Amino acid sequence: MAECHPVGFQWVMEAKQRGATIIHVDPRFTRTSAVADIHVPLRAGSDIAFLGGLIRYVLENDKWFREYVVAYTNAPMILREDFRDTEDLDGLFSGFQEDTRHYDPSTWQYEGADVAAAAGQRDQWSDMESNEKGSSSDSRSEHARRGAATARVSTSGAGGGTFHGRPERDDTLQHPRCVFQVLKRHFSRYTPEKVAEICGVSEAQFLRVAEALTANSGRERTSAFVYAVGWTHHTVGVQYIRTAAILQLLLGNIGRPGGGIMALRGHASIQGSTDIPTLFNILPGYLPMPHAHDHEDLATYISADAGSKGYWGNMDAYAVSLLKAWWGDAATADNDYCFDYLPRLTDKHSNYDTVMKQLAGESEGYFLIGENPAVGTANGKMNRLGLANLKWLVVRDFQLIESATFWKDGPEIETGELAPEEIGTEVFFLPAAAHTEKDGSFTNTQRMLQWHHKAVEPTGDQRSDLWFYFHLGRIIRAKLAGSTARADRPILDLTWDYPTKGEAGDPDAEAVLAEINGFGPDGKPLSSYTELKADGSTRCGCWIYCGCFKDGVNEPARRKPGSEQSWVAPEWGWAWPANRRILYNRASADPEGRPWSERKAYLWWDPEQKKWTGHDVPDFQPDKSPDYRPPEDAEREDAIAGTEPFIMQADGRGWLYVPAGLADGPLPAHYEPHESPVPNQLYGQQQNPARQVYPHRLNRYAPSGDDPGAEVFPYVFTTYRLTEHHTAGGMSRWLPYLSELQPEFFCEVSPQLAAERGLEHLGWATIVNPRAVIEARVLVTERMRPLRVGGRTLHQIGLPYHWGGNGLSTGDSANELLAIALDPNVHIQPTKASVCDIRPGRRPRAPAAAPLVADYQRRAGITAETGTEAVTGGKKK
Amino acid sequence: MTQEFTLGERLAAPLHDVAGEAGYDAHPARMGFFTDTSVCIGCKACEVACKEWNAVPEDGLTFTGMSYDNTGGLGASTWRHVAFVEQVRPRDGGRAKPVDLGMPTVRPAPSVPQAANEDDREVRWLMSSDVCKHCTHAACLDVCPTGALFRTEFGTVVVQSDVCNGCGYCVPACLYGVIDIRPGDGRAWKCTLCYDRLGAGQEPACAKACPTKSIQFGPLDELRERAAARVDALRAQGATEARLYGADPANGVGGDGAFFLLLDEPEVYGLPPDPVVTTRDLPSIWRRAAFAAAGLVAAVAACAIGGRR
Repeated sequence: MAECHPVGFQWVMEAKQRGATIIHVDPRFTRTSAVADIHVPLRAGSDIAFLGGLIRYVLENDKWFREYVVAYTNAPMILREDFRDTEDLDGLFSGFQEDTRHYDPSTWQYEGADVAAAAGQRDQWSDMESNEKGSSSDSRSEHARRGAATARVSTSGAGGGTFHGRPERDDTLQHPRCVFQVLKRHFSRYTPEKVAEICGVSEAQFLRVAEALTANSGRERTSAFVYAVGWTHHTVGVQYIRTAAILQLLLGNIGRPGGGIMALRGHASIQGSTDIPTLFNILPGYLPMPHAHDHEDLATYISADAGSKGYWGNMDAYAVSLLKAWWGDAATADNDYCFDYLPRLTDKHSNYDTVMKQLAGESEGYFLIGENPAVGTANGKMNRLGLANLKWLVVRDFQLIESATFWKDGPEIETGELAPEEIGTEVFFLPAAAHTEKDGSFTNTQRMLQWHHKAVEPTGDQRSDLWFYFHLGRIIRAKLAGSTARADRPILDLTWDYPTKGEAGDPDAEAVLAEINGFGPDGKPLSSYTELKADGSTRCGCWIYCGCFKDGVNEPARRKPGSEQSWVAPEWGWAWPANRRILYNRASADPEGRPWSERKAYLWWDPEQKKWTGHDVPDFQPDKSPDYRPPEDAEREDAIAGTEPFIMQADGRGWLYVPAGLADGPLPAHYEPHESPVPNQLYGQQQNPARQVYPHRLNRYAPSGDDPGAEVFPYVFTTYRLTEHHTAGGMSRWLPYLSELQPEFFCEVSPQLAAERGLEHLGWATIVNPRAVIEARVLVTERMRPLRVGGRTLHQIGLPYHWGGNGLSTGDSANELLAIALDPNVHIQPTKASVCDIRPGRRPRAPAAAPLVADYQRRAGITAETGTEAVTGGKKK
Repeated sequence: MTQEFTLGERLAAPLHDVAGEAGYDAHPARMGFFTDTSVCIGCKACEVACKEWNAVPEDGLTFTGMSYDNTGGLGASTWRHVAFVEQVRPRDGGRAKPVDLGMPTVRPAPSVPQAANEDDREVRWLMSSDVCKHCTHAACLDVCPTGALFRTEFGTVVVQSDVCNGCGYCVPACLYGVIDIRPGDGRAWKCTLCYDRLGAGQEPACAKACPTKSIQFGPLDELRERAAARVDALRAQGATEARLYGADPANGVGGDGAFFLLLDEPEVYGLPPDPVVTTRDLPSIWRRAAFAAAGLVAAVAACAIGGRR
């Protein structure tokens, strides 16, 4: 965090000064480790084993927060009899279909009820269906078919939670099939000895962390987790976060001050670009993107979530208000509020699926907005060859980044794989304005919107993204004006009337914020999403942001100093939803509504006033008494009891076990990274069986574990950032003051590895794996150290990934080495743990580079199938 | 009240009113930096903010291999420099114990800050942002023949680039190796403690940018008090190596206007352990020079007189 988020880290330093214990768990010794009380240098890719060990420690040593767990989590829910755990199936859960590489999640459900997730993977049904075309549908359970009819929406962020029936419960937690007992059995093998063996840390060190964490959790104290892409960039990344969530729920650290799990995003407003998404499968406010054919009309789309409990029961109001914001008066009840105008999902459209389509010639154009895939994403070569296979490419950035110049100076030009005169891609480079040159908002990890005002005018042709899209739309609309074609209606009917300012005609960003906030029937700004209606009388561009422009006031622009308001600081910026600073804060009080402790009092029930009160906006119906029990036929939020804080979930509870919503299992299990020199020491199943693989000539995978050829790539490498540079370098490598601070690409190696491979400090190293060969300067440092893993010594190599060929500070891109193999839930690539070989000296130049990689592939016996197997269990045990 | 000094004292003794001694009648409190390295995270925001504000040019895209320090040291175009020091020592069980590695000093391992513990060894990564010390007795200023270097009303030492003639006398005079001649420019440059910002009631750019309050700016008296309390707190937490560097007005430069809290010996950070202003011995040097000159004159005279005989 100190390394990549130094400004936010000031609060950690302040907490430390006030007595907090800082524990840093990271393969790499960073600036954070330098000031942490405990640094745990675990093996890259072994985090679930470490966290799983903590869960086992909490359960075995009775350190869990009993009252919280029984009342607020799904620990008492009883699972179906036909559910099988990894304990039973050597690392697989029941329902895995090897031919399609997908789980049928029907056996994961509660006994007596079906639920879908409030967040997570919700297109598992549709994926299954599309993958099963031509095969017998008899293999699928009746339940799955029912699920397909009711729960088939697609999103990687969140969606409505459906709920049918009433799950069976055992509040004594003794039932052998209750979640608590299943959890206990599931994590029983994550012993301190196994943690040490898998993670390469000592038992003593593991226990120090376990003791510190549990000692600081409970009624009187809370602990917070903070993570960044070190956790998400794995083929089992979503389950990393899940493991932390289980731990925090068991310890009672969710919904309470000082608790939680904070996601540090890669750069400013990544949270904002998920809320108002730049993702293919969600609409603003985590509404699912409709599927072609299955969501022919609004009713079908909404009914996928209709009749549900929890706040997602109001999805119709959110969706209709969004359609009204976009299509205004053209959207009427008669035309389904222009629901037909929305694009539909026809296939997977994730980033890497798009790259594959580019390579196959099935994608013609591409917009790159602040993204530099030529060096910034996994398997740079595939990305560049994809760009070279387009008709047109628009790059909006500050500098002529590698993705804008690959056609004349990319690595493939040197090797002769590409020639500028043979590339048909027409590249449009449009200089972008920086955040200091435009008004707008950032949404941070705390869901807090903060407004930034333009400090200086952009120079030359630099323009804001808002300017670009507004005027692009304006010009397209002008060209289409008068068209009677049905296909042009969605564009012509858009509300596209933002006032503009200044000579450049920049749209007024506040007008956009006002549209996002939404307007009521009287044309006045709405003040809360609870005012949204499904009858077309309200307009709202993003329901979770509703209220940020209440009374016409730009609340994100508030900057009242902390010293002039309460410690929760509600008047600094604005946090969605409803300016709530802690989500699910009903959990900060006990089931009767009293604070768990005076020290941690945050929200409580006032029996005299009959309402929730405290330091924050209640994340609960403000007058719903703790005694409230929903009647049998209750719907939406009325179906949530007065003791159920997790109001977005259909059952009102925090999910220790996920009965629906994940593509790779209801519980996390330790799988080795997609490529790992280490066999899985917990299960016969080596990798996440449901991970997405992309067999391609340019995307060969290394053998793993004990497989023949794995010894050819004996080292683990992990990629990461340095404070001095920003992601793929577009914002830093052209700046002299930043470039001089880290002027060259380097690799970090331990003295022991340097000795083993003859690497010289300040010399050059060549790093090679099945996909690429790159070179880096050598930084030998004691901060890297060999690990003892599974009885052998394992070396890790650190690679900052900021570099490319352009700018003041240049070097090879570490991302050339990364494989495209994805987490099945969110389609993210594994950047944190992969394999390689390292040797002294500079890399071969063309034409010798490709043969070197080919030679390594040959030595390791790599074929198109290597590393793509879904199920590996059984054969080793 | 004006202090009474001997010449020697005037060059090295504590001065309670450095701006007053420089001739300012009414002047603000002496301002300075307290750099608390125990909370430095090495982000280098100070280096960048300094260069941005003062328009100091980039001075070399060189990979040094000195941990994460590619700046190297203070110079004409580097007025803030963050040092990165990597240390390793074995540890024993859960608690660190001092182990004699045959190194020059044996010290108890620090317990709280800048330490991350592994089982068999302990790795420390010390970070410290160095800067011009704005000495009470500034040799650079004392030797400057043009008056380009001067004492400000804030008690800081500033070089005026439009007056500097590039003679370079100040360069060897600075015992910390701070001031230097900029290649291709020929003039001497160093930290101004953002004299322009101070005049506008602002804090220096580096202190403003520092996210963890490692760089603190303020009246020197207050900073010294705060620093003393911080050292006590750290020691109470077990960081027995915490010490102040440059805070003592009785040191060889009469106390530094920019002083530091360190977690190890000054040498570890590249700081001189016992700084003495290079002009302290000027009186005796001049006395000896005068004596030698007198002797020379006498000898010449003797020869001349002798020759006449």
